[in-house]
Amino acid sequence: MTQSGSPTPPSPSAGRSPLLEMQDIQISFGGVPALRNANLSVAAGEVHALIGQNGAGKSTMIKILTGAYRRAGGSVRFEGREIDFRTPKEAREAGISTIYQEINLVPFRSVAENIFLGREPRRYGLIDWRAVQRRAAALLESFGLQIDVKKPVRSYSTAIQQMVALARAVSSDAKMVIMDESTSSLDEREVELLFSVVRKLRDDGRAVIFVSHRLDELYALCDRVTVMRDGQTVAQSSMAEMDKLQLVTTMLGRTLAAVVQDDSTAREANLARRGAQVMAAHNLSAHPKVSDVSLEVHAGEAVGLAGLLGSGRTETMRLMFGADPLEHGTLAVDGETVTLKSPQDAIARGLAYLTEDRKGDGIVPELSVRDNLTLVCLRTLAKHGVVDVKKQQAIVERFIASLGIKLRSPDQPIRELSGGNQQKVLLARWLAAEPSLLLLDEPTRGIDVGAKADVAKIVRELRDAGLAVLLSASELEELTAVADRAVVIRDGRTVAELNGAQMSESSIMDAIAYGSDGPSQLVEAAHTAHIEDALEGDRHGA
Amino acid sequence: MALKSLKTLGNQAAQPLAAQTPLAAPDSAAQQQAKKRHRVTIQREVIVLLAMLVFNLLFTQHFWSLQTFNVNLTQVVTIVIVGIGMTLVVATGGIDLSVGASMAISGALAPMLFMNIPGPGGIALAFVLPVIAAAACGVFNGLLVTKLSVQPIVATLVLFIAGRGIAQVVTDGSLQAFDNPAFQWIALGKVGGVPFQVLLMFALVALFVWVVRKTLFGQYLLITGGNEKAAYLCGVPTARVKLIAYTICAALAGLAGLISISVNSSSDANVVGLGIELDAIAAVAVGGTALTGGKAYIGGTLIGALIIQLLRFTLLAHGIPDAAALVVKAAIIVAAVYVQRRSR
Repeated sequence: MTQSGSPTPPSPSAGRSPLLEMQDIQISFGGVPALRNANLSVAAGEVHALIGQNGAGKSTMIKILTGAYRRAGGSVRFEGREIDFRTPKEAREAGISTIYQEINLVPFRSVAENIFLGREPRRYGLIDWRAVQRRAAALLESFGLQIDVKKPVRSYSTAIQQMVALARAVSSDAKMVIMDESTSSLDEREVELLFSVVRKLRDDGRAVIFVSHRLDELYALCDRVTVMRDGQTVAQSSMAEMDKLQLVTTMLGRTLAAVVQDDSTAREANLARRGAQVMAAHNLSAHPKVSDVSLEVHAGEAVGLAGLLGSGRTETMRLMFGADPLEHGTLAVDGETVTLKSPQDAIARGLAYLTEDRKGDGIVPELSVRDNLTLVCLRTLAKHGVVDVKKQQAIVERFIASLGIKLRSPDQPIRELSGGNQQKVLLARWLAAEPSLLLLDEPTRGIDVGAKADVAKIVRELRDAGLAVLLSASELEELTAVADRAVVIRDGRTVAELNGAQMSESSIMDAIAYGSDGPSQLVEAAHTAHIEDALEGDRHGA
Repeated sequence: MALKSLKTLGNQAAQPLAAQTPLAAPDSAAQQQAKKRHRVTIQREVIVLLAMLVFNLLFTQHFWSLQTFNVNLTQVVTIVIVGIGMTLVVATGGIDLSVGASMAISGALAPMLFMNIPGPGGIALAFVLPVIAAAACGVFNGLLVTKLSVQPIVATLVLFIAGRGIAQVVTDGSLQAFDNPAFQWIALGKVGGVPFQVLLMFALVALFVWVVRKTLFGQYLLITGGNEKAAYLCGVPTARVKLIAYTICAALAGLAGLISISVNSSSDANVVGLGIELDAIAAVAVGGTALTGGKAYIGGTLIGALIIQLLRFTLLAHGIPDAAALVVKAAIIVAAVYVQRRSR
């Protein structure tokens, strides 16, 4: 493991000049630096892992590389030339292809059409469909994939769609392929299939940048790794020289001891104090994202809902809130079995749901902060259908003060506020309705560090005031900072429940990685404190 | 007035910079500024309207007379009344193409009632039943949009096509001429020299400005149009809000149909409300209500309709043929929408 700035360690790619060299990249959004001196160096013929927590700057780095953002400082060299792409199209034409998690294919068009979209072989000025199909089939066959290329893309699984996207990249002569969380929605077999294709690309001399949160995959596939944290590159190393635990601690920026030792006594005390059960979910399922989730939340406790992206956290919360129809399973509120037909029912039962997608289904952008804040409680402010403006103003002022929302005026459109302040307004929106259970889906997503701390503090205070809280966060550090216990879900199933002392970032990661039945050397490490032994074992295991 | 508005415009241009560095505490000056900005969208249209008035006062003969005033206002009444309902529907992110058809249905029913049922009872029914029939059209539109999730433009196209047909079937396709001062008072009556229909129009504008600003329905309307998914998750009865908007829109169109036939002393299902949907939509767009939903400037719609009417009058008064006036009308709409986009 090497700190940034020191020379690149020997590796399979050493000696060759790098295909891509990004140095001292800087960019800020609204005065907040998102990248400070970030570096990334990728050689041809290597699969390079780019890792870091959400908000570490991976996506920003990729967006700068692909021309979606313009950098404020630093240099990008690709194939030895200084480059500055202004649009993603320019990057594509220069040979950098990106495959996003939500695949950029046209679902109703055929596989062949998608591969050659915009670059169809022509004959007499018309598209030569037979050539399109022949070449598409040949290309996929070289990946070891024999499918009917005339069928629409949407009739195939996500894995095959990913491979179609890869084939499209290859056919456009991409020298570098960026795969952003490509595997998050794939099962094990599909992942293996995809990896074989990626290896083929590497052996052809192309470079692959691979972004993933699944550690096992990184070790199975990648040659080298760049770790980012808080907008900086904190380590560049070959994969073989960095073991899993080192990787995780570098990523989280904490010492091993800190990762292992969390404040478990306070949690235990909290759990001992908790009140009656507020909501219980039994064997929830709704195709395709949730297959079997059970959990319960008591008054005065904060339960963390952990799991990877796409594991079904959001879908679980939406089911609990009546926002999506439940296929199987039961919900109980205050011990009484309930059927929630719509969010309206859930709100009437004292539930509140802070959405993960703040822009998409949270804020009403053009309306004022006041109107946004009182959205849920508006009904109670109205007398004979007319809103009591004085009461409304009083509530708005109370929450602006108590949550420390920074704004010029409550009449200001909410879209003008920073992400953190928008989030506080949305939180206030639900608190104004005086709920007994808060479902918080990624409450700290996309907001700055200060606001994150504020939100965490608010949640802790609410819990102490006797509210039941269920919250999810991709960043385990934030989850463990607030939650008293954690429920881990994986592929839409509850796989572990970690109470008080059992809960730590490492035990959660362990459950995420291996499920309930898998090896749990990290948990053991936490309990026996034989960290050295655990490291040794982990290294052999990897 | 104009100078003050220009200043406000300048402030608005400076907003994006200021927005990134929010101050710690709201101060009263900033609050006032935000309020001013709230009104600026409408003020821009007011400036245009005033400019046109000044132009006409200077260059159009006999413009300064009660006669001209009344002519221009009475010509705009039906467009404004339909436009109010259209503004509500547009605020939900929808559109209603069937308003002309609703006018025709209401206009076809009314004479049949007051010509066949004698006395004040007939007059009363002639006001109430046609509006209810039109409102039923709105309920139909609303159910298509909410229950069947048909896109509003397609859903309302159904009655746009069928509604006028229904009106023609009801009347056997014949023109109904009448002379009924009691019924026609709604259009021809005057209060203090001002036509009653003009007063009715202003009253409705005032009523719906209040509804949008102060009532729960008004708030829910803007929320539903502004972000329907968020509205749903917050327990807003989005389907009911939309249904009510379409119903009000059609009912107002029905009322406009009654005024329209009263002005003409006749009802022809082929003609009543023909093409009014486009005039109404134009008034809404010129008035500053974004067709994407989430905003409802009722006052803006009034001003938008007045601008379009005054433009047509100005061109006619200066001997420019109606055909050319249509082109200018279209140009004004494009300009208005362009200015709106720029200000975002």
